[in-house]
Amino acid sequence: MSSTVHPALALGRRLPNAWDLAALLCVFGLIMAFAQAAPGTFKPLDAPEALAVDLSPTNLPEYALRTTMRMFAALAASLLFTFTYAPFAARSRRAGIVLIPLLDVLQSVPILGFLSFTTVFFMSLFPGRVLGLELAAIFAIFTSQAWNMAFSFYQSLVTTPSDLAEATQSFHLTTWQRFWRLDVPFAMPGLVWNTMLSMSGGWFFVVASEAITLGDKTFTLPGIGSYVALALDKRDLGAVLWAILAMLVVILLYDQLLFRPLVAWSAKFRFEFTASSTGEDPWVLKLLRRTHVLRTAGGAIGDVLSAVGTWRLGKPVRKSVQTVKAPNTFGDLVFYAVVALAVAGAAWKVVEYIAANNVGWADLGEAVGLGCITLLRVVVLIALASVVWVPIGVWIGLRPNWARRIQVLAQFLAAFPANLLFPIFVVVIVKFHLNADVWLTPLMILGTQWYILFNVVAGASAFPGDLQEAAKNFRIGGLLWWRKVMLPGIFPYFVTGAITASGGSWNASIVSEVASWGDDKLSAHGLGAYIAHATDAGDFPRIVLGVVVMSAFVLGFNRAVWRPMYGYATRRLTLS
Amino acid sequence: MDAITETVAATPLLEVRACRQSYHKDSSADLLVLDDVNVSIANGEIVGLLGRSGSGKSTLLRIVAGLLTPTAGDVRWQGKPVSGPTQGVAMVFQSFALFPWLTVQENVELGLEALGTPRAERDKRAEEAIDLIGLGGYESAYPKELSGGMRQRVGLARALVVHPDLLLMDEPFSALDVLTAETLRTDLIDLWMEGKLPIKSVLMVTHNIEEAVLMCDRILVFSSNPGRVASELRVPFAHPRNRHDAAFRQLVDDIYALMTRRATVIPKATTAATPAVDVTFATPLQPVSTNLLAGLIETMAGHPYDGRADLPALAAALQLEADELLPMGEALQLLGFGVLEEGDLKLSEPGKEFAHADTDGRKALFAAALRAHVPLVAAIRRTLDERWNHRASAVRFRDELEDHMSPDYAEDTLRTAIAWGRYAELYTYDEEAAQFSLEDIEAAA
Repeated sequence: MSSTVHPALALGRRLPNAWDLAALLCVFGLIMAFAQAAPGTFKPLDAPEALAVDLSPTNLPEYALRTTMRMFAALAASLLFTFTYAPFAARSRRAGIVLIPLLDVLQSVPILGFLSFTTVFFMSLFPGRVLGLELAAIFAIFTSQAWNMAFSFYQSLVTTPSDLAEATQSFHLTTWQRFWRLDVPFAMPGLVWNTMLSMSGGWFFVVASEAITLGDKTFTLPGIGSYVALALDKRDLGAVLWAILAMLVVILLYDQLLFRPLVAWSAKFRFEFTASSTGEDPWVLKLLRRTHVLRTAGGAIGDVLSAVGTWRLGKPVRKSVQTVKAPNTFGDLVFYAVVALAVAGAAWKVVEYIAANNVGWADLGEAVGLGCITLLRVVVLIALASVVWVPIGVWIGLRPNWARRIQVLAQFLAAFPANLLFPIFVVVIVKFHLNADVWLTPLMILGTQWYILFNVVAGASAFPGDLQEAAKNFRIGGLLWWRKVMLPGIFPYFVTGAITASGGSWNASIVSEVASWGDDKLSAHGLGAYIAHATDAGDFPRIVLGVVVMSAFVLGFNRAVWRPMYGYATRRLTLS
Repeated sequence: MDAITETVAATPLLEVRACRQSYHKDSSADLLVLDDVNVSIANGEIVGLLGRSGSGKSTLLRIVAGLLTPTAGDVRWQGKPVSGPTQGVAMVFQSFALFPWLTVQENVELGLEALGTPRAERDKRAEEAIDLIGLGGYESAYPKELSGGMRQRVGLARALVVHPDLLLMDEPFSALDVLTAETLRTDLIDLWMEGKLPIKSVLMVTHNIEEAVLMCDRILVFSSNPGRVASELRVPFAHPRNRHDAAFRQLVDDIYALMTRRATVIPKATTAATPAVDVTFATPLQPVSTNLLAGLIETMAGHPYDGRADLPALAAALQLEADELLPMGEALQLLGFGVLEEGDLKLSEPGKEFAHADTDGRKALFAAALRAHVPLVAAIRRTLDERWNHRASAVRFRDELEDHMSPDYAEDTLRTAIAWGRYAELYTYDEEAAQFSLEDIEAAA
């Protein structure tokens, strides 16, 4: 189990806060620009026949296929993005200064809030065509997948072992050869793992992005997501269950056919020289490795790929490193001037947009107040989930046989889009007339609690055996054992899981603070509901305001709470 | 062998002249790593760069390989100036630097691939190199399946397969256990003597004195801080060499003596601010633990040394390398517990007193020695005494140190000062706050 560091925590050195602010401004300046352009190009579009969705279960295989295609298209785009953005940020000092805080902000922004902008934008690119809508859906999925992959790749690029880098230089590898021989393989385990997480994250967005309501118009693309949306609208519980089943099958299929083999295969690239005991190969990989025809085919593909990697594109590093580098002051001056201009422009855009749309201090106050309510929800939920899952995770983690099986299950559960289960909650809440403010809350953490579980399991299974024995030897038990032995031991893992869970919960609040079942509309008070209502009403200024406030909350929470905690955990609670 | 070397020496393979390497530091003068280094390598010789860690010998190796550009000086490869990774030079790394995702064969072929060698040719040459170095049968293995010795053989094969004129080796055997290292050394020398290696010369970096005497034709002994060639020795023995030969032992002894003679002999003209011998606030301290020092003093005081030991013998008895023993001896000398001279370590009167004292007595002796002989520790304590709250941030001491040495040295020095001062109960240190204080120390004051 490769426990991954959450990208927001992985930056060894804290970047200066000024850069975060600048990046934040730039992102929102861009959104404002979109938002301004959007209503202008927004023209009524008659829903084409091709977009009709039918609730008959026999259509589900086709819908599932189309949804899966969209996800893989988005994944391809994410990979392309990763392979260009990350090397650029890693190779150029100046680019890194701008691109990395930008990435950090982008992945803290609640992407669901963007859907309305991007949909309008892509539809205006291809007016009246399905293609625009398709691209909008793919883009929405892309925005949920790309950032952590790019971050993971960047992280690998800047931590490439220096002796291997020297070896590629002294053996005259070209930049292209080095990329495929050193950079990509070294990044592979982290990249595969993050791709898997991205795929899970993507499902959440599929459901939201295939059926989008803008003002009084609802646009649907045939797929599982729109099927579910229709089922909710028609109060067809049977159809919802069918959709859940179809999704389970799809997830199981690509998990077994693609990701299990990929993860097992990528273990070969792990940078360690101790032969670790790896589990049994997944059956697909075994099949590939042992079946003669498949192996030959796989070998041929591998040969072609490695031949591509040996092309002598680019140049070998001709110049040796100069340790005394004269800083290029003039270049820096120009660069910083350009950045400052861009930031100033973005800031001006934000102010102008807000001023032009009569969004006043009162609106800001309302959004911040609602943000506090949602913050309270997130905090309470993380605390509750921790109380439940930490003991269970530790119990499982200390039993290796269980741990292996539960890990697979937990990863699967994390991949399962929790919003499919919302209808069940809504039915129950409506039936028993429960308080929506309280009972809609658990939906936020339904999908993200698993990150806490499987990180804690990983932490507990990595807990040193000798420390356990020492604790037993001194008969440390009960509360003391938790306080002095186990909790400090798993804390770094817990923080990693908790930050992922909390980020996910913020995002989920946009869909989970508002839920509907036919004509029964449930709504809780919170920033998520605020954004959702603004989206329904097509009220762009308020969407922007909501998203900005939520981003500020997420970023602030990461900076003020999680990062110091993680820093403390790595400084004090790890041996080495 | 010597005769051959003499005749071909006319056109040196490699020439380094007046090489100087410094790291830029904005607050003060540049930090010198290498100063006025001259090296020339002829055809058909094995040259060793011998020195303590931090003497810049690995830096020099990287300059020769074209991985680093020196701050000043002239590096010529076969008469032409070097400006980037040199063609005709291949390197063997201390850490092996094997790609864990490539098989033995693929690792070996890497350098040929980079040159665009056709596949058939690649296979043939890789096969040859693998067989030559004794890796036959391991072609499809991954590095993690191999032992350390086998891994370094892959590193060697990978370097040899490109048929370099000059083979560079950066402490190639120091990550291996004693027996494995010895096997690899003799295998390599055997191949060299039989003329089976497709190379003209070897330049190797080592801190192991016996290894240098065993393998090299010529040894350049480096002094530290900044690195300079302190002396050059020719090793007159024919291969295979016998470690127990009297002349061999004598040469090892001589080199020990050379290396303990320290900077006193070499004129220091770089920075007027730091006098040659005196210990100042900014004298780098080597991280040697107090337990090691106490153990060494006890061993020295006991039988059979009775206060005086021959360094090579002591190193052998304690299973330490010169590189490990010398810093300990120097720390004793710094603290006034011992004296290093001509390859011997002698215990001083305070040293003997320390050996016979109990725990508290030792701490008191150590504290006195620190205050008298280690200005940095004395300064920290003085600052704490002067402050009303008896607290001081470590950052300011680190900054001051960094004005005089590289950040790594400053870090080591400060760490050592913290550890020694803590042991002597001169002050306590709070890691979280990076702060010295006098909490719980009243008694000692």
